[in-house]
Amino acid sequence: MSSTEPTDDAPLYEAREPIFPKRISGKFRNLKWILMALMLGIYYITPWIRWDRGPALPDQAVLLDLANRRFFFFGLEIWPHEFYFVAGLLIMAGLGLFLFTSALGRVWCGYACPQTVWTDLFILVERWVEGDRNNRIRLHRQKWNAEKIRKNLTKWTLWLLIGLATGGAWVFYFTDAPTLLGDLFTGDASPIAYTTIAVATATTFAFGGFAREQMCIYACPWPRIQAAMMDEDTITIAYREWRGEPRGKLHKGQVPEGQGDCIDCQACFNVCPMGIDIRNGQQLECITCGLCIDACDEIMDRIGKPRGLVGYMALKDEASERAGNKVVNIWKHVLRPRTLVYFTLWAGFGIALVVALFLRSPLDFNVTPNRDPLYVMQGDGTIRNIYTMRIRNKHGEEVTYRISATTPDGEADPSLTLSLEGQEGDTVTVPADQLYNQRLYLEAAPQSDLATTKRTDIDIWVEQVGGEVPVRDSVGTVFNGKE
Amino acid sequence: MSKKPTTKKEVQTTGHSWDGIEELNTPLPRWWLWTFYACIVWGIAYSIAMPAWPIFASGATPGLLGSSTRANVEKEIERFSAMNKAVEDKLVATELTEIGNDPELVAYTTNAGGAVFRTWCAQCHGSGAGGNKGFPSLIDDDWLFGGTIEQIYLDVQHGIRDPLDPDTNYAAGMPAHLDDGLLESAQIDEVVQYVRQISGQDADAEMAAAGSEIFAEWCVACHGEDAKGMQDLGAPNLTDAIWLYGGDVETLTTTIRHGRAGVMPSWSYGTTEGTSRLSEVQIRAVSAYVHSLGGGE
Ligand code: SF4
Ligand code: SF4
Repeated sequence: MSSTEPTDDAPLYEAREPIFPKRISGKFRNLKWILMALMLGIYYITPWIRWDRGPALPDQAVLLDLANRRFFFFGLEIWPHEFYFVAGLLIMAGLGLFLFTSALGRVWCGYACPQTVWTDLFILVERWVEGDRNNRIRLHRQKWNAEKIRKNLTKWTLWLLIGLATGGAWVFYFTDAPTLLGDLFTGDASPIAYTTIAVATATTFAFGGFAREQMCIYACPWPRIQAAMMDEDTITIAYREWRGEPRGKLHKGQVPEGQGDCIDCQACFNVCPMGIDIRNGQQLECITCGLCIDACDEIMDRIGKPRGLVGYMALKDEASERAGNKVVNIWKHVLRPRTLVYFTLWAGFGIALVVALFLRSPLDFNVTPNRDPLYVMQGDGTIRNIYTMRIRNKHGEEVTYRISATTPDGEADPSLTLSLEGQEGDTVTVPADQLYNQRLYLEAAPQSDLATTKRTDIDIWVEQVGGEVPVRDSVGTVFNGKE
Repeated sequence: MSKKPTTKKEVQTTGHSWDGIEELNTPLPRWWLWTFYACIVWGIAYSIAMPAWPIFASGATPGLLGSSTRANVEKEIERFSAMNKAVEDKLVATELTEIGNDPELVAYTTNAGGAVFRTWCAQCHGSGAGGNKGFPSLIDDDWLFGGTIEQIYLDVQHGIRDPLDPDTNYAAGMPAHLDDGLLESAQIDEVVQYVRQISGQDADAEMAAAGSEIFAEWCVACHGEDAKGMQDLGAPNLTDAIWLYGGDVETLTTTIRHGRAGVMPSWSYGTTEGTSRLSEVQIRAVSAYVHSLGGGE
C-alpha cells in the first residue's frame, strides 16, 4: 500500500461512493442464490409450522414464549432452568465460527450473514427495477425527472415491503403466528409488536438499501475478529498475481507475448458488492463472496485461458505457486491440526448436548431443604425438617404424583414420616404445564437415629400415578437431626 | 463518480510510525459524522427535556417534559395497589379460618404475608420463623398463647404486654421468685430439679421430690397440676422438649429467680396516636402466613 506524508488538505471525512454491482452468473453466484432461498425460506416459513403438543400447550413448532418463559422447538420444550442448552448452542455457534473462519476465512460474511443476504436481495430488486450496472450508473448520474422518480419510488416501495416482511416475520417467533397476524391487521397486537416491526423494517430498509457495505466496513466487529483468527493456511479469495501480471489489454483477441493473463477487463471489480478490486490484494472490505471468481472465470473461458486467475487459495500458496509448485488442493489447507481441534471441540459439545437432552428425566423436580432453621423440635421431641419441593409438569394434562422418602439404598425408614402441607395423604396433583411449589415435612421419631444424627442422607422419590408406564425418580437431600 | 478500479487508492498517513508500522489517516465516513452531530443534538435536547443538570442544594433541573422516576415508582405502586384491591378486600371480608381454603387468598398471603414477616417479624422470630432464645418458634407444635389463626391474629394485632396498646395481652408473666422474696435460693434449686425430672431430663431425685411440693404450692396456679401450662396465661408446658429460654439447670434457675415477661409489639397500634404500624390487610396476611408455616393449629 502506498502512502504519502500528511498534507494540510487531507479530508477529515468523505461521502460514500455508490457501488453498482454488475449481474454475473457462475457457480458461486448459483450457490449464493440457493443459500439465499434456503435461509430466507427458513426464516419466513418457520413460525408457520405447526406441531401438536396437546390442548394446554401452543401448537407452534418454534416459539419463544417470553411471557411464560418457555422455548419450544418441535418436540423439545426448554424451561428457564434448562437454559444451559441455549448456552451450549451459543458455545457451539462460537466454536463453529472459529472452525469456519480458521478453515475458510470470512465465509460467514460472504454467504450466510443476514447483512449480505438481504443486501444481495435488495441489489436484485434494484436490478429488476433499474437495469444492470451501466443503466444504474446512468440513472444515478442523470438529473431528477419522471423516470428517475418513478424508478426510485418503485425500488423503495419494494424494499420497504421486504423490510416489513422481515420485521413482521421476526415477531411471529414470539407469539402464535396466525393469531398475531390477525391482530396486527385489526390493531389488537401489543405496542411492543408494532414497535419491533417498525424498528426491524427501518433497519432492514436502511441497512440493505443504503448502508450496505458500510455496515461491514465500519459497523461490524466480526471482520476484525475474523482477521485475527486467520492464518497462512486459511482459504480466502485472492488474485494470482504471478499469473496475471503484467496485465494488459488484448491485441486482436490474443494476449500479447510477455503479458500476464489478466486482460484488465475490470469484470472482477464491476461485480464486487464491496466496490473493491481484488487485484489489490487482501483488503479489509472483502467479504469473500466469490462473485469476482465467477466474473474472472467467465473471462478466462472466453479468452481460452485456464480458470482460477482469481480463486480460493491460502495466503502462502501465492509464493509457492510463483516458485513453480503445483496448485495445492484446498482440502490440504482445510484439514490441519488447528481446524481438527476446533472440529473436535465443536462436535464434542454437540454430542454432549444431545446426550444431555436425552438423559433428561421425564419427571422434573427438585427438593431444597429449609436451612433456617435446620430442624424444628416438636413438643414430644420429634424432629421435623422442612423442604420446598418444585415439581414441573411438562405434560399437556394434569398429573398426580406420589411422594415418598427412603434411605439412599432405597429402604423405607420406619422412624421417618412424610407429610405434605395442605394435602391429604402423600399425593399432589399438578396442573398441566406448570411449576408447582409444595412444602414437604419429614419427621423423625424422638430419639431415633435420624433425630439424633447431625446429617443423614435421604432420597425423596416422586412417582407418577396412573401413567401407562410407571415413571419414578428420586433426588438426594439431607435430614438434619439434633446432635 | 464510481471508484477508479485499477489504481491503488492513495492513503494518507498521520506521519506516526512505530517499528515500521505507519498510522493511516483514513477519512471518516460522512454519515458517521452526521450520526455524531445528531447524537450531540440529541444529548442537548434530552438534557433540556428530561431532568439532567444538578442544581446546588435543590436536586436537578426538572426538564420540560416533567418526567420523574420517583413519580413513576409511585404510579407503579398505585397501579399494583389497584390491581391488589379486589383480593385485599376479599381478605378483609373473609373469616380468618376460611382464608386457607381460598387458593387466591393463599397465594396472596403467602407472598404479601411473607413480605410483611420478613420486614417486621424476622428480626426476633428469625427469617424462617424458627425463633430465638426468648422469641418463640412459630413453626413447631408448641404455642404459648395458642396456634389457631384467630389467636395468631389477635397476638399480631395487639401484641403481648405492649405498654402502648390498651388492648394488649396483659399476661402477668413469670414472677421473680428470689428477687421478690417468694422463695429461698435452696428451694428454687429443688424446683429446678423437679422441672428437669418432669421434662425427662437428668435430675437429682431427692431434690426433685422436695421440689415437687414447692411446685404444687407455687407453680401450679399458672403451669397447671400436670405442668402442661395454660395458654390463657401464656404459661408454657414444662413437660415437653421445647424451652423458650432453655431447660438447663442454669437457665431454669435464672428464670425462676428473676422471672420472665417477654414483650411482643402491638402491630395495630402506632407509636403516635391514631396511627397503625400495619394495616388490617397486612395483619391478616401475616397471620395467615405464620399459620401456614407448618405449626398452625
Ligand atoms: S473482492 Fe471478490 S470476493 Fe471480495 S467482496 Fe469483492 S467480489 Fe466478493
Ligand atoms: S476479471 Fe480477471 S481478467 Fe478481468 S480484470 Fe479481473 S482479474 Fe483481470
